[in-house]
Amino acid sequence: MPNAAAQTGQFAIAPISLWRRGMNRLVTLAAGAAVVLVLLPLGAIFAYLIYKGLGSISWAFLTQIPKPVGEAGGGMANAIAGSAYILAIASVMGVPIGIGAGIYLAEYGRNRFGDLIRFTADVLNGVPSIVVGIVAYGIVVLGQGHFSALAGGVALAIMMIPTITRTSEEMLLLVPNAVREAAYGLGVSRWRTTLSITLRTATSGVITGVMLAFARVAGETAPLLFTAFGNQYWNWKMNQPTAALSLQVYTYAISPFDEWHRQAWAGALILIVLIVASVSAVRIVAGRGMLKGAN
Amino acid sequence: MTGPQPVEKLEVVPSDRVKTPPLIEAGSSLIPDRIFYAAVLSCGLCVLGLVGVIVYQLVSKSALSWHAFGWKFFFRSEWDPVNEQFGAWPFVYGTLVSSLLALVLAVPLAVGVAVFITEMCPRWLKGALAFTTELLAAIPSVIYGLWAIFVMVPLLREYVEPFLAKYFGWTGLFEGTPYGIGMLAAGIILAIMVVPIVSSITREVMTAVPQQQREAVLALGATRWEMIRTGVLRNARAGILGGVILGLGRALGETMAVTMVIGNRPEIARSLFAPGYTMASVIANEFSEATSDTYLSALVEVGLALFLVTIIVNIMAQLLVWSVTRGMPRRSNA
Repeated sequence: MPNAAAQTGQFAIAPISLWRRGMNRLVTLAAGAAVVLVLLPLGAIFAYLIYKGLGSISWAFLTQIPKPVGEAGGGMANAIAGSAYILAIASVMGVPIGIGAGIYLAEYGRNRFGDLIRFTADVLNGVPSIVVGIVAYGIVVLGQGHFSALAGGVALAIMMIPTITRTSEEMLLLVPNAVREAAYGLGVSRWRTTLSITLRTATSGVITGVMLAFARVAGETAPLLFTAFGNQYWNWKMNQPTAALSLQVYTYAISPFDEWHRQAWAGALILIVLIVASVSAVRIVAGRGMLKGAN
Repeated sequence: MTGPQPVEKLEVVPSDRVKTPPLIEAGSSLIPDRIFYAAVLSCGLCVLGLVGVIVYQLVSKSALSWHAFGWKFFFRSEWDPVNEQFGAWPFVYGTLVSSLLALVLAVPLAVGVAVFITEMCPRWLKGALAFTTELLAAIPSVIYGLWAIFVMVPLLREYVEPFLAKYFGWTGLFEGTPYGIGMLAAGIILAIMVVPIVSSITREVMTAVPQQQREAVLALGATRWEMIRTGVLRNARAGILGGVILGLGRALGETMAVTMVIGNRPEIARSLFAPGYTMASVIANEFSEATSDTYLSALVEVGLALFLVTIIVNIMAQLLVWSVTRGMPRRSNA
């Protein structure tokens, strides 16, 4: 009977000392307190955005351009449209390049050169956004001689590319090799396999990456300060200064006028709703399973 | 009739006699394949080229200031656009102090959150908590700044700073008029922004610690905290350090929120209540107003320094994180 000794209590486990139990309790409490402390500002930010922003959003805010200082009313319609315009320019440039580089890394990049590109993508990911602004200023603004929507778009595209590249690569690598081999076995050429089979299988994952990149740059202000520059009026020309929501929020927030502060909250609320919506969409898409087609 | 049967004599038909055309004529895919390869390769080269362009732009545009001031640029504290005398020391100082302050505040919180999420919290809460902390990372920095100006700074001015001055004034860190705006406000807002990065990396490396490790420590009679300390945190410490350094990288380059609350004055003061200036904020504030070439070039040089420092910091962080998430499973299998 191997258990006999334990049953008679000969080897009874010594009770855990008060100090150790107390320490355990204390740390559990501290960790819980840390969570509360971190969630507190998050809650406060959202509460204030809704409380201050909701009251200031009106039909006029969404449809009118800013009024001169001192006049009440006016809105951020041009800034909302400008943000969409700049983001569209950025996506047109950044998304194809990002996905293309992701395909290269996943399908042809199992070598030294691929590692180099992977490394540079990670480097690019860590470049401070204000530095990206300087570079876009150097390439586009000095070239054109103006602050412009294009320059803003280039700056944001530079920031989107590394995120899209790395997530697309990861998602394409999740596609089992058997799927590729099946296509090759049917005599499908390599490019067609990559585009119609592999990329198609990984579509929802790749879209996740694109939306993450989009959400990341949608609220960026620093790279737009001296590229898109901002504008009080409508602008649809690529080579003219353009308003952006984040820039407008910044200018209004540091201004001394109460009316502008009110509008800054409203603009910030619209910005955050757009971003949270795209992040949540990502969660829903990602939650459904990356590789529905493959399984 | 069971068992193997003798094979009838095979009739081999010489192939040159039957000329059946293939059912599907496959076109040669050689050329389209090459074109496709060239296309995706050029996308890859774009990524490489972008980093090249960034370095080239920063180096060539800052040459003027580099020639004028040399290394001393980073240690001089004059910043006088009128007389074209530039030294970046106040900005370097402001960046370092605000980032370190942010880390001091953020790291214990972030590790606490990660420990709570991975080791303590009930399963149903896990996903929700992880998502909420990641949401913090998705808030744009201009919104942090907006909130900081109108909510956090008044709180600091009315309650927190007078309290600190009263009880901790003897340290010399909390002296002077409590404006609200200043180094302390910048450090706190940066800490809020850095927490999600540090905690998500910490969570990742803690999850990479093999489950047997935890079970082994628990089997020796450890309490949960002892298990976390000796079994998990000790094994993940390199990765956690990586997360902390990654957070530092973010804090160094952060622009908008800091610019909005730090006060933007190129001064060096011991007190955390005093206004300061960071490298990123000086670029944000003065770049589009820089009138002379030397002025612009000095600002680009600040940007170049910021670029190099964040790159080095990020590479270090990545190596540390890899050493845990990649090395760990291999070692435990052995």
